[in-house]
Amino acid sequence: MEIWDVHSHLSGVLGRTPDERMVQLIKYADRMGISRLCVFMGMNWSFDPTPQDFRRQNDEALQALSHWHHRAFGFVYVNPKHVKESLAEIDRCIRDGPMVGIKLWVALRANNTELDPIIERAIELKAVVFQHTWIKITGNLPGESTPMDLAELAARHPRATIICGHAGGDWEQGIRAVRAQKHVAVDLGGGDPAAGVTEMAVRELGAERVIYGSDAGGRSFASQLAKVQGADISDEAKRLILGANLKRLLEPILKAKGVRL
Amino acid sequence: MNVPIIDVNIDLAHWPCRRLPHDDTASLVQNLRGHGVVEAWAGSFDGLLHKDLAAVNSRLAHECRTHTDVRLIPFGSINPVLPDWEEDLRRCVEQHHMPGIRLHPNYHGYKLDHPSFARILKLAAERHLLVSLAVMMEDERMMHPLLRVPPVNLDPLAALLTQTPGLRLILLNALGGLHGEALLTLLRSGEVYVEIAMLERVGAVANLLNQVPRERVLLGSHAPFFYFESALLKLKESALSTEQLKALQEENARRLIASRQ
Repeated sequence: MEIWDVHSHLSGVLGRTPDERMVQLIKYADRMGISRLCVFMGMNWSFDPTPQDFRRQNDEALQALSHWHHRAFGFVYVNPKHVKESLAEIDRCIRDGPMVGIKLWVALRANNTELDPIIERAIELKAVVFQHTWIKITGNLPGESTPMDLAELAARHPRATIICGHAGGDWEQGIRAVRAQKHVAVDLGGGDPAAGVTEMAVRELGAERVIYGSDAGGRSFASQLAKVQGADISDEAKRLILGANLKRLLEPILKAKGVRL
Repeated sequence: MNVPIIDVNIDLAHWPCRRLPHDDTASLVQNLRGHGVVEAWAGSFDGLLHKDLAAVNSRLAHECRTHTDVRLIPFGSINPVLPDWEEDLRRCVEQHHMPGIRLHPNYHGYKLDHPSFARILKLAAERHLLVSLAVMMEDERMMHPLLRVPPVNLDPLAALLTQTPGLRLILLNALGGLHGEALLTLLRSGEVYVEIAMLERVGAVANLLNQVPRERVLLGSHAPFFYFESALLKLKESALSTEQLKALQEENARRLIASRQ
């Protein structure tokens, strides 16, 4: 089965430069049979990046991708607290660059209307939006989105292609939270390989809305692949989750960019 | 390479907060057997919250005797702050012939500086029992709001190890938060073993083996709470030598339990 990973990073990986770290990611991806990686954010993260900081991180991601366009895609990291600069960065990295999606992390909760112009620009460019979400009983960061926040955003933008990062963290709630928003898929990556997550996601959302992601290098590819390979679901569902769904979501922008697979 | 697997970290019975795939013994044994597991060291989820641990341990021993496709080795739960816990320990050894015990200090409500903890370590060492201590069972961020159980604070452990000659201690689910000098200090302080269920990051097993003696690392899956495949795929993700694989999959555990018998 072809495996595409929607969620990987340059952090948590050995290497002094983006290029060295990308080589490491590819090395382990090869061992696990993963043919494509989506990479976002830089080598050092910040919760609430300034425009200068998110540009630096995107430069690192662009550098990492520069020798690996046949194996990896980039998502541009922006901060909705800086809308004008974020839109410019989206244009730089997606419209005028090689990236294919937008990464939103923990600067501002996703139900804020400041995100609307960013999502509108994503729709114009056919870009995929990946929003980190988590429900933490220990307490979320001030700007950290819950999947309920993301569902509000998604309801305002029915034409957007949105991925709910980490399936909400607390996936038993997260899957429910986005269930009614049919244009929202869930990323399985980043949590422990808790048995049952994939079965519940497939049962409640349908396999077409479930996507394999790892959150490597902070996580192993292995533990996250286990969520699919160990799940009691059909082989067809595994095929969709491991690669076909992400390929389908990225197809419009790849086609618009003239990328042939 | 077809090396038999000994999994030192599984549980029988039911997780308190959700049903899990393979949370009946027959199904779990079938799943483990399908992955080449020949022996598994089993605790009981019932041991987390039940106060009648004598009954929990009787059921555990019975289940392990009943299901024989994988050799299940029962590790009875002991709560050293319950009245007359020494009788539970005696029954584990004399009635059920268990080679080891399972401790859950956080679920049982005591810290490692509690006098009863030092006493149970001493008694276990005198009786040549293996002691498995579960540092955590699930991600603290995603616990049920009425069942919030922080990981065990291991700070007092190094001193206790030096005071308890002959003790053989297995730390379960420890490597999510225990690494670097803290891990090395514990391994130097006594005969301490770790397993890989909660070890994360890309190539993590190989990286661990670069830091700690190979003889101290065991294969643990934390099944059925985790997908068993997670542990197995971690071995694949790291480029391990044949000797390393044999040690982790079987030889270290075999040697450890043989030394008890």
